[in-house]
Amino acid sequence: MPRSRPSTPAHSRFATAHIASPVRARSMTTSIATPLRALLLTGLLGVLACAPPGIANETGAQDFQQIERGRYLAAAADCSGCHTDPQGGRPYAGGRPIQTPFGRVLAANITPDRDTGIGAWSDAEFDAAVRGGKMPGGSRLYPAMPYPYYARMNKEDVQALRAYLNTLAPVRHEVHSNQLPFPFNIRASMRVWDALYFKPGVYQPDSRKSPSWNRGAYLVTGPGHCGACHTPKTPLGADVIGRPLQGYSIQGWFAPDITNDSRRGLGDWSPQDIVEYLKNGHNRFAGAAGPMGDEVANGSSHLSDADLLAMAEYLKDQRSQASQVPSVSVRDPAMVAGGAIYQDLCSACHRGDGRGIPYLIPDLAGSASVASDQPTSIVRVVLNGAKTVATQDEPTGPAMPSFKWQLSDAQVAAVTTYVRNSWGHAAQPTTARAVRKARKQLDVSVRQ
Amino acid sequence: MTERLPAKDVVIVGLGWTGSIVANELADAGLQVMAIERGPWRDAAMSYAPNYAQDELRYRIRHELFLRPDQTTFTFRNKMSQTALPIRNWGAFMPPNGVGGGGVHWNGETWRFLPSDFVAASHLKQRYGAHFLPADMTIQDWGVTYEELEPHYDQFEYLCGTSGTAGNLKGEIREGGNPFEGPRSREYPNPAQEQPFSHTLFAKAARELGYKPFPQPSGNMSRAYRNPLGVRLGPCTYCGFCEWFGCANYSKSSPQTTVLPVLVRKSNFQARDNCEVTRINLDSSGKHAAGVTFVDSAGKEFEQPAELVILAAYTIFNVQLLMLSGIGQRYDPVANRGVIGRNFTHQTISDVGSFFDSARFVFNPFIASGAIGMCIDEFNGDNFDHGPHGFVGGGYMGQVQTNGRPIESTPVPPGTPSWGAQWKQAVRENYQSALKPGTGVHGSMYSYRDVYLDLDPTYCDRFQRPLVRITMDFHANELKQNVFLTDRFAEIFHAMGARQVVKEYRKAPYDITAYQTTHLCGGAIMGTDPSTSALNRYLQSWDVPNLFVMGASAFPQNAGYNPTGTVAALAYWSVAQIRSQYLKHPGPLVHA
Repeated sequence: MPRSRPSTPAHSRFATAHIASPVRARSMTTSIATPLRALLLTGLLGVLACAPPGIANETGAQDFQQIERGRYLAAAADCSGCHTDPQGGRPYAGGRPIQTPFGRVLAANITPDRDTGIGAWSDAEFDAAVRGGKMPGGSRLYPAMPYPYYARMNKEDVQALRAYLNTLAPVRHEVHSNQLPFPFNIRASMRVWDALYFKPGVYQPDSRKSPSWNRGAYLVTGPGHCGACHTPKTPLGADVIGRPLQGYSIQGWFAPDITNDSRRGLGDWSPQDIVEYLKNGHNRFAGAAGPMGDEVANGSSHLSDADLLAMAEYLKDQRSQASQVPSVSVRDPAMVAGGAIYQDLCSACHRGDGRGIPYLIPDLAGSASVASDQPTSIVRVVLNGAKTVATQDEPTGPAMPSFKWQLSDAQVAAVTTYVRNSWGHAAQPTTARAVRKARKQLDVSVRQ
Repeated sequence: MTERLPAKDVVIVGLGWTGSIVANELADAGLQVMAIERGPWRDAAMSYAPNYAQDELRYRIRHELFLRPDQTTFTFRNKMSQTALPIRNWGAFMPPNGVGGGGVHWNGETWRFLPSDFVAASHLKQRYGAHFLPADMTIQDWGVTYEELEPHYDQFEYLCGTSGTAGNLKGEIREGGNPFEGPRSREYPNPAQEQPFSHTLFAKAARELGYKPFPQPSGNMSRAYRNPLGVRLGPCTYCGFCEWFGCANYSKSSPQTTVLPVLVRKSNFQARDNCEVTRINLDSSGKHAAGVTFVDSAGKEFEQPAELVILAAYTIFNVQLLMLSGIGQRYDPVANRGVIGRNFTHQTISDVGSFFDSARFVFNPFIASGAIGMCIDEFNGDNFDHGPHGFVGGGYMGQVQTNGRPIESTPVPPGTPSWGAQWKQAVRENYQSALKPGTGVHGSMYSYRDVYLDLDPTYCDRFQRPLVRITMDFHANELKQNVFLTDRFAEIFHAMGARQVVKEYRKAPYDITAYQTTHLCGGAIMGTDPSTSALNRYLQSWDVPNLFVMGASAFPQNAGYNPTGTVAALAYWSVAQIRSQYLKHPGPLVHA
């Protein structure tokens, strides 16, 4: 069933807003954002302090509060998630491969090293990169660096980020970021992409919503860049208009719908459930694994409870256009086989009723993400297993074993079809062919 | 060329139960901690995932998780007059190896010793007279009491999520628990497990005979649990692949499932695996440990200097390292002098097999866990009058059937051919209706002058260090004890309605090939007198005050219970003293 593009959907106004003039933008930012800024700093430091709007291009090396704020925002934006190579790389020194649908790029060295990092960049050049996708000299960043989202951040926040990055140890590490194959390695082509898809502009608060909702919206659509993984993309890698946060297959996982949709998204999660998941990596339904596990460890576990609650409030107010899918009949041979496999291999941990053990074994029955549009995550987890994140309050980090040596493609297809169509879920059946393809891709990515 | 590493505050030899507990406590005290483990790193999900761990051939028969004798072993003889030979295939006990140690493969039986066990020598002499004890029995009081250890037993049980029913709550005897146990300050953290059919029948028969059966305290979770460190465990699924195996269902207490997840997050904790400590280094005075020397898997030798050394390498390896490092006077059984190697003990185990009418009894023995069981304690310790019987000691006994695994579970009545069509038929007919608890009679072994450890004069390891020589045989006291206990045990199976009951008494000589638990104890015992003990009551070496020795090597004799609960309680007791007293005033904590 074709989805029509809504004319002026309220929720996408902020993602696609044009700012009429820079001056107007600044005054809007100042007048509306002052209470927001107070909220920001109160949330962080318990101290009311306002950086006057007139300080445009200066990051103070002595400005402790600005640096603290920058450190907090670096967690919110999860800079080190890409810019620190987990294979023994120095912090923020780059080199980590980022898989895109078009090939690989390597994250840049953003330590203050003058030759191989960004130490020689001016603050304005830093801002142009983070919020505009432009490097000094004019060449364009690829949106693997999520500048279309960071564009929502206000200038002061980006300045604070710069101030924090300036305090890092400079690391001499030459990184050649552009590893894409021809013709994608022609950076100039990004001009066309930007013209088509990039909508710059700071986040505009919605005066009808609460300050905490707006704070959540700012974090989710700005530094949090949740849509970079969770929003469906066009074939050219731009956000599909009108379907924010409704799920996307990326890096061998399906980042699920995180709107309030009850069938695919967070409809059954309370705001407290969302806060626990983002802070501790675990709640009574699920545990964060894979790239989301990294995000929790590097990013959201460092945010304040108030900010996480604000993000939850925003997410719970988002709607989805997910269409109804009929559930597969229990008499379907795949369901019968899948049920038997589930009983033998899965039910010892996940239980016959799919409920798992809160905070330890995911609740398959209660997790809408199990019935996502694409089975990428569930197929991947059955084939390769998964290790959930360990955090301060939830240090266990339980893991699921790999079943790829034990189950054929048809068996993985059957058991995932069964899980995705049991306990009230309804989803497209998984094909053995899709499993075979996933198996090949996962083997390749493991070898890399 | 030995490489000298940067100094640490404390080096811990061995990262099993006590190594992990002590490392976590000392890391919390702010110390820089280095743990060195001979075997591999083990992570539950990666090392024994639950979709392949239930492999009896691999783990139970071929001993995958255990020390390989070709890495190191012991020599063994029954009597001093014999020549000891190397053990080339484990039988009587299964030494652990790897992070988690025995805590990975144990059953989970989490007992406390009796109050009287800690003062066994003075108690028994007072009650029966010194003449009642055999002349060559060398039992001693521990120097610590049950009351002093009670909070630390509690600490370990809450770390583990032990499932059980309290029998004595602050002096009040509770129905359904062990009426003989020492007073505990609070209930177990988790209720007792559900018991399988045969265990329930055993309890019923025991009650009818006037006993007070109770569920065995179990390290298999009866429900989901979050321990005080924030680590979560899940409910046991009664898979019957518990002892000898690792549990990555998060249902068995082990260092991996209770303490390592928080320990590894501490930036002041480091560990080296696949590194074997070869020596504890002393300074020129011989009274102060300077650290340890170890060899990595590349064969390179390192020196790890430290201010405090914790030896937590398992009973026999503790004793070996003390001997090889020249710490303490080695025991001479002829002269009856010295302490290192003295008072070595094991356990006195026997079993009763029973066969029931298969039309009326279907036991489903495969529904089980490692510490499931219904037990009675009437014949443990000094819980009964030994006067008429002419022996001391005792043990718990119980229907503790932990599995129905296919290779091992082939009970057939006596007289059945041992192979062929008739054997197969008998296995088929009896599998569901025969019972064979694992260690049904779990009796004490007291210590004797001629049961000890020393260094072998002939055999060495790959570093040219002498192997430990075990000299061990049963004494009349334990054999008498075992006949009495086994006879009482068999009566209960008769009362259950067994068609046939087969008693298997423990017989002399001590058989190094037959599995009898891995509860080896002693050799570096604790006590109040430096001439008869290696350690003071805080497990601190009398000779080298900055050395503490954890583990069952401290037991002056073994009681009629599995040792792990007491091993861990002693570790908590010792490290509490290190934190509150020793770190502030390094030096001897007890002046004898």
